[in-house]
Amino acid sequence: MTSHRTQPTVQEPEIVAGNGLLHRRALLRRGLTLAGAMGAGGAGSLTGAAAEPLADPPWTHEIGGIIPPYQVASRFEKNVVRSTDNPRNEPRNSRARTPHHLLKGIITPNGLHFTICHGGVPDIDPAQHKLVIHGLVKRPLVFTLDALERYPMVSRIGFVECGGNSAPLFSNEPLQESVQAIHGLASCSEWTGVPLAALLEEAGVDLKAKWMIAEGADSPRLSRSVPLSKGLDDAMVALYQNGERIQPGQGYPMRLWLPGFEGNMNVKYLRRIKIANEPQLSYYEARTYSQILPNGQAYRFYFLQEVKSFISSPSHGQALKEPGVHEITGVAYSGTGRIAKVMVSADGGQSWGLAALQDPVLPKAFTRFRMPWRWNGGPAVLQSRAWDEGGNVQPLREAFVAQRGQTSKPPSVLAFPSQHFNSITSWAVGANGEVKHVYA
Amino acid sequence: MFTHDRAARAAMLLLSLTCGAALAQAPTPAPGLSPGLGKPISLEDLAPWDISIMPDGTGLPPGGGTPAQGAAIFTEKCALCHGDKGQGGIAGALVGGPPRASLDGGKTIANFWPYATVLFDFTRRAMPFNAPGSLSNTEVYALSAFILAGNKLIGENETMDAASLPKVKMPNRDNFIVRFPERI
Ligand code: HEC
Repeated sequence: MTSHRTQPTVQEPEIVAGNGLLHRRALLRRGLTLAGAMGAGGAGSLTGAAAEPLADPPWTHEIGGIIPPYQVASRFEKNVVRSTDNPRNEPRNSRARTPHHLLKGIITPNGLHFTICHGGVPDIDPAQHKLVIHGLVKRPLVFTLDALERYPMVSRIGFVECGGNSAPLFSNEPLQESVQAIHGLASCSEWTGVPLAALLEEAGVDLKAKWMIAEGADSPRLSRSVPLSKGLDDAMVALYQNGERIQPGQGYPMRLWLPGFEGNMNVKYLRRIKIANEPQLSYYEARTYSQILPNGQAYRFYFLQEVKSFISSPSHGQALKEPGVHEITGVAYSGTGRIAKVMVSADGGQSWGLAALQDPVLPKAFTRFRMPWRWNGGPAVLQSRAWDEGGNVQPLREAFVAQRGQTSKPPSVLAFPSQHFNSITSWAVGANGEVKHVYA
Repeated sequence: MFTHDRAARAAMLLLSLTCGAALAQAPTPAPGLSPGLGKPISLEDLAPWDISIMPDGTGLPPGGGTPAQGAAIFTEKCALCHGDKGQGGIAGALVGGPPRASLDGGKTIANFWPYATVLFDFTRRAMPFNAPGSLSNTEVYALSAFILAGNKLIGENETMDAASLPKVKMPNRDNFIVRFPERI
């Protein structure tokens, strides 16, 4: 602990970076410090007009409603929903995006977890679902859900992120879209299930093999090749999501979960794993999840979701009502381990201050960061940048675009010009308090 | 090198099975704890699900078809979404398109797909979109021939079968970079 030689009181939080970023210590202490910060801001209404006299609202004088067997959110939270891009189930892919700007933790509520289906959401009867493991194994085996329920399970918190999350940022111009539209294809849950290594061992997996081809029971029988080393490391046949059976959109009744790996590889509705010497080069790896580079070549097998962060609030479409102290918050995550630090800027990257990382900070999971900020009512550009424990750092936009390219004209926000975008996001706050998406 | 690699993998398996990978938040149960409830299944019985087709043609079934045979099936089962000649409709183009793909779009079978086997594999498992898995192997060969010929990747009279399909040279085949070779 450091001693405060020159500061007998903590009324005035230390400024750590330009345009009003305050020391994260202001958040880590108990209320008084922040209260001091608010008072010190001077311009807020907190020091303004007095509150009205208190009166009882009607619900205080009547019996409340029936407790439902399965609780859903308050009717006043109707706008806290996913944005869906194929509401009439037309013959194409369908997606639902997580409303990050309305969430404040690290766990995504199950109904708000992002979903992508390449042929609608299958309606699977768990009693009829089977998982077969075959190929380069001593004993090909079939497992039912009932059988898997008997196995010792593990639980682990971690994210799933579509390889195409953040793809609107490949646009050559900012698309003026919300954090939900831009980053909504990433979510984080506690997953519970059977370690895949245990099932591979039971089947007598050939350790000389290099690959496993995973396949779903959905209509495209979506299939991806995964390095066997991942299957023997931390892969899981996940049956539960935040304590309850996984959602139909997440692969009910079972999915392959590969912590930190590209979302599409986490095969949902998992029904088959074939151990092989070579990858299959399925449609989704040979074509869809191969990323075109500026020189015309393309990346293949971009397994990892690399270190990334974004500010979820304030973010595009929101508005700051008045100057004074605000909390800048968002999530950071890395497919290779824990988040080591997050820096935040309020002046478009000219100066940076260290954000507070909210416990728990888990490997390959969302980490919530917070940064106290005193907005003076002038223009500001908010950014976040993350580092992981392996020393990987979120690239700045210029360097990222030089390597990975961008479009020549703005695409549809629903398009995927490329994938695996992990550079920084910038939100500009105008003098009117409105927040807009910009590049800076 | 080979034996070293093998030993490393064996050690890794052992580690993940006994101590629990350090990264996991809960230990992986020891093998002795496994209830061993996997039911053995014969290769014959699992064959209906073993549909993976590899780039070298492994997995391709008997049968074959020509572009002309494929044209008729295409009109009946695919044109609705992909256009009467495969030029694209409510679903993407299967024939033609720009010479090169870029971040502005334009990935096509001719300019991007690395192996013709992918066409058979994907069509058989996922198409037609509204009735996936309904095509016979012969139909899939014929449709593959029709689409490849439309893209001038094979001749108008060539038959596609287990021997010829993997030999089709796709122009973009060698244009890929494995992003994380050290993780394979
Ligand atoms: C009801 C509409 C519909 C019908 C009918 C249909 N398709 Fe498709 N097709 C699609 C959609 C949608 C996709 C995109 C799938 C995806 O991205 O996961 C697609 C994708 C494809 C692709 C991959 C194209 C690419 O470049 O990525 C091929 C090949 C294909 N279809 C072949 C066929 C064939 C052959 C038939 C006829 C047997 C057929 N389709 C019938 C809707 C349809």
